[in-house]
Amino acid sequence: MPQLRYTKDHEWARLDGNTAICGISAYAQDALGDVVYVELPDVGRTVKAGEQIAIVESSKVASDVYAPMDGEITSVNDVLSSNPALVNEAPTGQGWFFKIKFSDTAQHGALMDEKSYIDYTKGLHE
Amino acid sequence: MRYLPLTSSDRTAMLKKIGAGSVNDLFRDVPAAVQLKGNIHGLPNHQSEIEVERFISALAEKNIHAGSCPSFLGAGAYHHHIPASVDQLLLRGEFLTSYTPYQPEVSQGTLQYLFEFQTQVALLTGMEIANASMYDGATAAAEAVQMANRITRRRRAVISGNLHPHYLEVIQTMADLTGFELQVAVPCPRTDENFTVDETTSCVVVQNPDFFGRLHDFSALAETCQKHGTLLIVAVTEIISLGLLKSPGEMGADIVVAEGQSLGNGLNFGGPYVGLFACKEKYVRQMPGRVCGETVDADGRRGFVLTLSTREQHIRREKATSNICTNSGLCALAFTMHLSLLGEKGLTDLAELNHAMACNLSDASAKIPGCKVLNDNFFNEFVLELPKSAAAVVDELAKLPILAGVPVSRFYPDNAALKNLLLVAATELTTEEDIKIFAAELRKVCA
Repeated sequence: MPQLRYTKDHEWARLDGNTAICGISAYAQDALGDVVYVELPDVGRTVKAGEQIAIVESSKVASDVYAPMDGEITSVNDVLSSNPALVNEAPTGQGWFFKIKFSDTAQHGALMDEKSYIDYTKGLHE
Repeated sequence: MRYLPLTSSDRTAMLKKIGAGSVNDLFRDVPAAVQLKGNIHGLPNHQSEIEVERFISALAEKNIHAGSCPSFLGAGAYHHHIPASVDQLLLRGEFLTSYTPYQPEVSQGTLQYLFEFQTQVALLTGMEIANASMYDGATAAAEAVQMANRITRRRRAVISGNLHPHYLEVIQTMADLTGFELQVAVPCPRTDENFTVDETTSCVVVQNPDFFGRLHDFSALAETCQKHGTLLIVAVTEIISLGLLKSPGEMGADIVVAEGQSLGNGLNFGGPYVGLFACKEKYVRQMPGRVCGETVDADGRRGFVLTLSTREQHIRREKATSNICTNSGLCALAFTMHLSLLGEKGLTDLAELNHAMACNLSDASAKIPGCKVLNDNFFNEFVLELPKSAAAVVDELAKLPILAGVPVSRFYPDNAALKNLLLVAATELTTEEDIKIFAAELRKVCA
């Protein structure tokens, strides 16, 4: 499986050809608790890395989700509107949020790999 | 929940605990230069209760109030009968301090009446979901426009010229301060309006009955709006009209805002009132304010919770859906009590009575030489075209005293075409005798 890379805001991105499949991390879904709603961006929207483009809402809090890379939104995971619990059940699988058609692979390379991200989240607890 | 004020020994104990000698000691960090010494400028020194009562009563007697003479005032605030039981029940301690606690589920009674309020608002407006109330109809209208901007991601709202001018003012203030565009039509007391809607229009805001009392079916407008991805916002300033009229929901409205004053709440010099806010369920996450939900507890018993509050200010801070973090709890409760006492049939009967009295008023007015009823239709309020300045006529009749209605020029001082228009309303409190006196005196003034 192609490598998952993470942002400091707990999004992940996995490359698939010229698109990046993105979602929120297992750590993030665990911190949020039961996800009850996900507000996704419009398909076709041009986004910049770090731009707030989605909202994930749990019974405790509504949090912003940011674009991990520059590009254009090519599809969103509509299944989440009827089954937001997928974000908790399979955060890096069926619980993906959106796909971005990107132009710059270097942006992906600059994100944290799995090990760095796990170290990063451990640091957040201390 | 009781309100228990502090006693002086409570205060002394608290001051002792923190090591302060007096309450004034608590203010010693405030520079002496900005501390108030002596009386507040322009206010007299304290007086006894008897003296204060005498002073305030004398002030109050300078007013002509709607209950003291024939009154035909309306224009967004209506003089209705409030059952004595509503005021008596409101005095109950657990209601009178109706602030929603920060652990709201402790107050099941408060949440239950808010849930019932929401249910009534949804049924009246014909919408799928309603919130636990807003400040008043005008602020609800401004919130609705902002909500439409969020949903459509557009920044241009089209406003009917027959929307209550105060509602327009509040929307305008929001537009100026938060940066969206308004396209405002001119007032149309004589003809129907046409609205231009395109792919940049976030919403169209209309009113029914409109500011001039005219009735509309906005179904066709709703279809036009839908074609362009534009939301239809319908405002209602006289909620009792929904006892008879087709609801905004049936017409296809996306958001309905209304003033709830007519049920349970007195005129109160213009406030506090209660704003009603309802919308289609698919927009619920963009709806401002709070929502009470019905659920079951661990043992399966019916209970109530505040829901969707993750979008509110205390959690989302500057990213909150709206900066409203409260509601008009006590006024909403009065609304709910009054409507519960009326029931569905009672509301319809009340609406019919309002309309019947307005018909009598219209018939009597139409017979006066030089006076013309402008409306083809109305609920309990309509426009009279007089042979002279409506403001002058109102001043003249106030001397009798008769509160003859609201001159339209008060809202549009620069519009000469509206100068002779008088907005008059009748309610269940209007008597045949009131109408007789009004017609006789208006005839004299217009002669």
